[in-house]
Formats: sequence, C-alpha cells, structure tokens
Amino acid sequence: MNLRNIGIVYRKELREALRDRRTLISSLLVPLLLFPLLTAGIGAAFSALIGKAKEEVPAVMILGGDDSPGILAELRGSGKIKIVPTTQNWKDAVINKEIRAAIEIPAGFQDDVAHEKSATLLIHNYEGDVKSSIATGNIQKGLEKYRDRIVHDNLAAKNLPETAFKPFEIKEHNVAPPEKVGGAAFGGVIGYMVILLCLTGSMYPAMDLTAGEKERGTMETILSSPIARVDLVFGKFFLVLTTALVTAALSVTSMGVSFAVLGHLHAFDTAGADAAQLQLHIGIYTVLSIFIMVLPVAVLFSAGVMTVSLFAKSYKEAQSYVSPLMFIVIIPAVAAMLPIDLTAKLALVPILNASLLCKELVTGTYHWNFIAIIFFSTCVYAAAALFLAVKMFQREDVLFRS
Amino acid sequence: MIETRGLTKTFKDKKRGEIRAVDNVSFVCKPGEIYGLLGANGAGKTTTLRLLATILEPTDGTAIVCGYDVVEAPEKVRANVGFLSTATALYPRLTSQEMVEYFGRLNGLDEATLKKRVDDIFTRLDMNSFRDRRCDKLSTGMKQKTSIARTLVHDPPVMIFDEPTLGLDIMTARTIVGFIRECRQRGKTVIFSTHVMSEVEKLCDIIGIIQSGKLLAEGSLAALRSRYSENDLEEIFVKVVAPHYAGQEAN
Ligand SMILES: Nc1ncnc2c1ncn2[C@@H]1O[C@H](COP(=O)(O)OP(=O)(O)OP(=O)(O)O)[C@@H](O)[C@H]1O
Ligand SMILES: [Mg+2]
Repeated sequence: MNLRNIGIVYRKELREALRDRRTLISSLLVPLLLFPLLTAGIGAAFSALIGKAKEEVPAVMILGGDDSPGILAELRGSGKIKIVPTTQNWKDAVINKEIRAAIEIPAGFQDDVAHEKSATLLIHNYEGDVKSSIATGNIQKGLEKYRDRIVHDNLAAKNLPETAFKPFEIKEHNVAPPEKVGGAAFGGVIGYMVILLCLTGSMYPAMDLTAGEKERGTMETILSSPIARVDLVFGKFFLVLTTALVTAALSVTSMGVSFAVLGHLHAFDTAGADAAQLQLHIGIYTVLSIFIMVLPVAVLFSAGVMTVSLFAKSYKEAQSYVSPLMFIVIIPAVAAMLPIDLTAKLALVPILNASLLCKELVTGTYHWNFIAIIFFSTCVYAAAALFLAVKMFQREDVLFRS
Repeated sequence: MIETRGLTKTFKDKKRGEIRAVDNVSFVCKPGEIYGLLGANGAGKTTTLRLLATILEPTDGTAIVCGYDVVEAPEKVRANVGFLSTATALYPRLTSQEMVEYFGRLNGLDEATLKKRVDDIFTRLDMNSFRDRRCDKLSTGMKQKTSIARTLVHDPPVMIFDEPTLGLDIMTARTIVGFIRECRQRGKTVIFSTHVMSEVEKLCDIIGIIQSGKLLAEGSLAALRSRYSENDLEEIFVKVVAPHYAGQEAN
C-alpha cells in the first residue's frame, strides 16, 4: 500500500464528487434539510390540527333528561360544550360530524341518583375521531365533577368523612434519570437514522466510483496508470467512507438542532417536552460514542456497496443490485426499535448490534463488554468487506464484464 | 522495447465457450520503430494491447516491456508505458489540465516536474485554449489531444495505441498520425492497432497481421509485398486472412 497514491486518488475523487450535483444533493442537502422539514412539517401540522380541535367548542346533543333538571343545568352551564337542539336523526349527525357527541340521559335519572340507585349515562361518540374524543373528554370531566359533588354531599349528609369513599390514593413517581426517559423514546430512532443515513450517504458515491466509472469508460484509463489496484480501491473507499460519515454527521446535527428548536417552541406539548429533554441530555460524549460505534458500520457499508456495485456495468444496473441491500439493512435497523435488549449473541449480528447499542448509548447506558464485542465484530465484518472489494478489483471478469 | 513470448489469452464465455482471443503470439518491437497490428474486428488486437499494458493478465506466455515482465512486474511496466485506446475515456468532471496532472501524479512526478511537463505538453499539442475546460465539454478532437497528453505526461519509452484515429475527422487524424511519427523520432517504441490500411502503409516499419488471435504474417511493407507478390496492402491482407476468416465464421 502506498499512502501517497491513495491520497492522490482520494483528492481527485473528492474534487469530482464536489463537482457532482447528484452527490452534493444526496449527501449534503438531503440530510441537512430532511429533519428541519420533517419536524417543522409534522410540528406545524400537529399544532394546527390539535390547536384548532381544542379551540373549537364541540356541539353536543342531549337525548332525554326532561325529568332530570339538575344534570341538564350542569351540562348547559359548562363552557366546554355547546348544547344544540336535539333532532330525530342525532346518530347521523354524529356520523356526519355535524355534532361531536350525544349524551343519553335515562328516564328517572335524577330520582335514581337521589335514591342512591345505580344509573348510567351514555355518551354516543365517533371512535377514533380526534374532535369527537375531545368532546367526550370534556363531557366526562364535567360529569365527573358533578358526580364528585353528589358524593361529597351524600357523605356530608351521612356524617361520613371523605376517606370513607377514598381510603387511599395511588400516585406514580419516576426514578429513572431524565435522559433515560427522553432516550427511551428517541434512542431507537436515532441509532436507526444514523445507520440508515450512513448507508444512503455511501450508496451514491460507491456506485458512481465503480459502476459509474465503468459506464463512463474511465476504468481502463485508470487501470493503465502505474497505481496498484489496492491503492486505487483504498482511495475510492476513503471517499465513499467520508461521504457516509459526513451524511451521518450532518443528519445527526440537523436532527439535534431541529429537536432543540422544536423543544423551545413547544409546538406541541408532550412531544415538544420530550424533544427538549432529549436535546438537553444527548451530550457531546454520547454523540462522539455513537460516531465511534458507527465508524465500523460505515466501513462495512462503504466496502459492501462498492463490492456489489462493481459487478454492474452501469449506474442503473448497480442501483438494481444495491436497492435490495437497503432492505437487508432496514430490517435489523428497524428491529432495533422494538423493545429488544442487547445480549451477547445479538452483539454479533451486524447492523442490529450497532443499532441496539446506539439505543443504549443515547439512554446513558454503557455495557463495556458489549461495546467491545460489537466494535470488534463489526471491525472484522468491515475488514472482510474491504478485503472482498480489493479482491473484486483484481478480477478481470468483474472489471471487464461483457 | 517490447518482446512477446507465446502470449496467449483465453476468455470463458457462457454462450461461446472458450475464446482464444490471443493465441501464442510472439513478436519484437524495437525502440525507434512503429509496429502496426493489422486485423479485422474481433481479431484480438485490443486484447493483445491490453496484455502489453497489463490491464489483462496473460493466460499463458508473457511479454517483456522495457525489461519488465508483464506478469511479474505489472506496475513497473505501466510506469514505462503510455496506453491509449478507444476505451480509455476522460473523467468528465475534471478539466483537461487536471486530468493530465492526475496521471502525472499517479506516475510519481513531483509538483515542480509536473508543472514543467504539463506546460510543455499543452504548448506542444496546442491545447492551452481549453486547459481549464471540463473534459465533458470538449470536442472529440480536444478529448483525443487530452488523452494523448495524459499518456505522454510521464514521458514513457513505450507507446501503445489501440485504434487511435477511430472516429476522428481527417484533420485531427492527421495530427495524431504526425504525433505517432514524432514518437518514433524521439526514439520511443510504438505499437498501434488499426484496420485502416493507408495508416499502416504510411507509418509502420513492421506490420503484423492478426486473425483469430494468431499472428499470421509479419514483416516490413516491402517484405510482405515481395512475399505475397502483391503491391496493394489490402490485397495482401485478404490473402493472409481469408482462409482463417472463413474458419472463424464457421465457429
Ligand atoms: N472481456 C472479454 N470477455 C470475453 N470475451 C472477450 C472479452 N474481450 C474480448 N473478447 C473476445 O475476444 C476476441 C478478441 O477481441 P478484441 O477486442 O481483442 O478484438 P479486436 O481485434 O480489438 O476487434 P475490434 O476491431 O472490433 O476492436 C473477440 O471474439 C471478443 O469477443
Ligand atoms: Mg479493438
């Protein structure tokens, strides 16, 4: 291996890559814009939808209740719902979303309640419809308050303390550190994203530098120079690796910034809070450790995609070989989002192991034995892929396929 | 200096079975001489030249180029060879000058020598007007000149050209022919392939007629004329090749 020659090839490939619009778009522009657009788009859509739904005072019909003036007054007095005149086809009105719900008050409701007989109020709603469920929630809250008042009065009348009805309370208290709470939600996604973007970042240049070179007829030109094929492969490989890492780095940065901005804006409360928490706790060390773990994965991808696309005679043909590879990578990466815990056996499965580890790193867990297994096993796979790429470049029937 | 010894290359093809693209070819090409490889389509010209440029590895036999064996020291051979073929394209996103510089660096030239060499070649081949133009924006003639500059940048003692005038207009073709002559004057060993008879008549010191991978006849134009008692090279070529050509068709 000759470092000078590898450097010459690398610099030339870098120069060409920077002049190639397709490379610039796929490895710089897409990762930079994807996350801001995604978060802004989804955030805006969510807040628009939910905000509007919350602002709207849902229209509700009341069925029956003529003999129960107490509850009628309670419902009418609520500012959270708007009572509209009852019509015969109230069911269609719910289905057609003219009203959000209908409350059915059984005959003799007030009497039954007064005599401490059980009674049921029925809320007819449209399951799965956000606005209908908001209306149902508003009605329930109002009615629960009304019920609590009745319980309170009944207990007072019988001279019983409040605790007779509610002998104890149940409360939750979270002891997990805050980064684990945020991380559990987003850790899987981040590992998955970094790995996937590493692949997409390496794909285009890997195909361009192998099949693309054959297609443009420059393969024979470069092979006629005195450079050793090993050096040629390494020069090209380092460029592909660079693009993969740049793509991954840009997307992580852009993802972090998007979440931070989102967290500050509090565009939608729950997700916004999670994002803010996550942003606070993914420190520079976590990001660095994710990158160190992703490095051998990126090597594996870069060498793998180069090897596969070298078989192809044209860029198009290479695409048809590489696309199935995408699925092979997506499956373990997606699997890492499921609630699976890292074990010694899983630590040997390429890609899956790295995604699972990224999930753990983001939540602040460092299992050093797994980290070592994963790092070295992935290094072994990556070295094998690189070796295969070099071997492939030495095969005449691959370089001059007819 | 090029010397081939029983050079053989076979390809395995699923449909056609084993193809002997180059079959036991031996010849010598000396410095200051132009060796012309004449053959029909599929005769094995490109494969022979690729073997000499170490882009392919021989199945059997070998060749010695500038004292280096193509099998044992392919990188040394390539450092001493300028190879130009119809399949050696330019990098579209590099400028003409960057293209030549890239190959200069790959050939181990230091920056000072490289600059001098590039300036010299660009002036000699009258290429200064398009030095900074990207290769994908060059005309066919400009591209060919850039390719020649690329093969010349390390000043190799051996030049290998595979159909160097293919697809060029008469004026550009003449420039190339003039350039090949100049290489001979500078004492370089030149081998080139073609199926254009007039080029061979004008340029070659030694002519090798190849068909089905076999070197069927070899000698200077005068020697071939007297051996086959024909004046016209085309007639000589047909006489030599015809019996083998029919055989190939039957294959
Ligand atoms: N990579 C390859 N795989 C299989 N067969 C090949 C390969 N390269 C060349 N051949 C075959 O070898 C024979 C010689 O081909 P070659 O390209 O050397 O001929 P040529 O004399 O250059 O022809 P042309 O004038 O058409 O350029 C042909 O039959 C060709 O089909
Ligand atoms: Mg040819």
